[in-house]
Amino acid sequence: MVKNITCINCPMGCALTVEVNGDEVKVSGNTCKRGEVYGKQEVTNPKRVVTSLVRIKDGAVVSCKTNQPINKSDIFKVLEELRHVEVTLPVRIGDVIIKDVLGTGADVVATANIG
Amino acid sequence: MKYDVCVIGGGPAGMAAALEARKNGSSVIILERDVKLGGILNQCIHNGFGLHYFKEELTGPEYASRFVKMVEETDIKVVLEAMVIGLTPDKVVTAVCPTEGVFTVEAKSVILAMGCRERTAGAIQMPGSRPAGIYTAGMAQRMMNIEGYRVGKKVVILGSGDIGLIMARRMTFEGAKVQMVLELMPYSSGLKRNIVQCLDDFDIPLHFAHTITRVVGKDRLEGLYYAEVGPDRKPKLETEKFVECDTLLLSVGLIPENDLISNVDIKMSPITTGAVVDEYRQTSIPGIFSCGNVLHVHDLVDNVSAEGTIAGEYASKYAKGELATSETSYKVNATNGVRYALPQSVYSGEGKVKVYFRVGDVFKNAKLIVKCGDEVIYSKKKMIFTPGEMESVELDKSKITGDIELSLEK
Repeated sequence: MVKNITCINCPMGCALTVEVNGDEVKVSGNTCKRGEVYGKQEVTNPKRVVTSLVRIKDGAVVSCKTNQPINKSDIFKVLEELRHVEVTLPVRIGDVIIKDVLGTGADVVATANIG
Repeated sequence: MKYDVCVIGGGPAGMAAALEARKNGSSVIILERDVKLGGILNQCIHNGFGLHYFKEELTGPEYASRFVKMVEETDIKVVLEAMVIGLTPDKVVTAVCPTEGVFTVEAKSVILAMGCRERTAGAIQMPGSRPAGIYTAGMAQRMMNIEGYRVGKKVVILGSGDIGLIMARRMTFEGAKVQMVLELMPYSSGLKRNIVQCLDDFDIPLHFAHTITRVVGKDRLEGLYYAEVGPDRKPKLETEKFVECDTLLLSVGLIPENDLISNVDIKMSPITTGAVVDEYRQTSIPGIFSCGNVLHVHDLVDNVSAEGTIAGEYASKYAKGELATSETSYKVNATNGVRYALPQSVYSGEGKVKVYFRVGDVFKNAKLIVKCGDEVIYSKKKMIFTPGEMESVELDKSKITGDIELSLEK
């Protein structure tokens, strides 16, 4: 498998080519060591912190995030979970909205103080 | 009301300035027009803030709340929903708010921290009709993240600045289909990280050197025509195509919101469109200071906080009559690829001074050179300089014996 990705470590934005042959991962196109590390991670196990919103009961919205990065492939499943949640005021930063969301190991926590 | 220091604006710049002025022993008031402190950070619910200042990655509201908490732990007077409508050179600030009506603050120092505003469809003279569904990216961000509205379903974004990129992901998360991002320039002014994590992650195409040629729709936006632009940035009409959309977001630049001082004779920079300031972030009127996005548009809030801290410290010193005026002032000039440098002047003395700058184009393998007269007092080689990233250099004051000049050498 060969994947072409852009390195995000600095404004250079090197165009990386990552070749995966079984356990062997080869990165080319990088101009520094950080590019190699990023290329490997991004192709074998890409992760993201997800930030979004949940509804407040009888109100607008409160911002939230996963308190650790989750697998990129789980992003839309987690977002779907958030659509079915409603929080009641007051909400404080760090309040857990969903514990261990979809078994990812990450909690969804509030990121704003409202009410 | 009488205060040593009056801070106009309660965003990251204003809060950092107020805290530092209070720490230096001044009585401080913050006038904020929104219902809470924090400014635009409150609607920036994505993460990536504070890596430099707090050494951890926070969302916008989290970053703001740390400063709000610090302000609340002091006796800094905060007036919310207060719109400042007047400022005089002798530092009388007039404002209006629901609890006080029209009121004035007599201050010894004033700190301008009003932030910036987005350029609109009118500002870029966008061709075509003006149906509903056209928003600046920041306005859509507020409607979605604070008010809880779904802004649109089929979206095109003009401009690849960071807010536009962030909104591409945000709209996608809320179930919208982002058709494409159009960028007039051959490069993006946004961070690489945002291009990858907000566009590439969701296969949203980014078309460089493209612009809108006409928007279509009577009541609601129905779609738009777009075309490639030549090196003269004029559209090549033979390449024109149509795309259906109900929403258009504009991320086409930010302008410091300096309307308040348009009647005060403060020297302005035609490049930053903010005030011209010295090392203390003091404007051409002694005792009036400026910091944050009202001074020049930043890409990192961490730098905004740092700038607010400088303005707060020296505004407090001025209020106490401790700001030395006997030092020699030297100009900081920008030339040859460096679009501007800030502060625009520094003082003689000891220690170090940090000068921030932005370049006017993408430069690869270039060298920044700082000269004092004919002597090179600093040089730094970098693999890349881009217009989207504010850079800084720390200079030895002992080496500054005259006006200095920043330039790029390829």
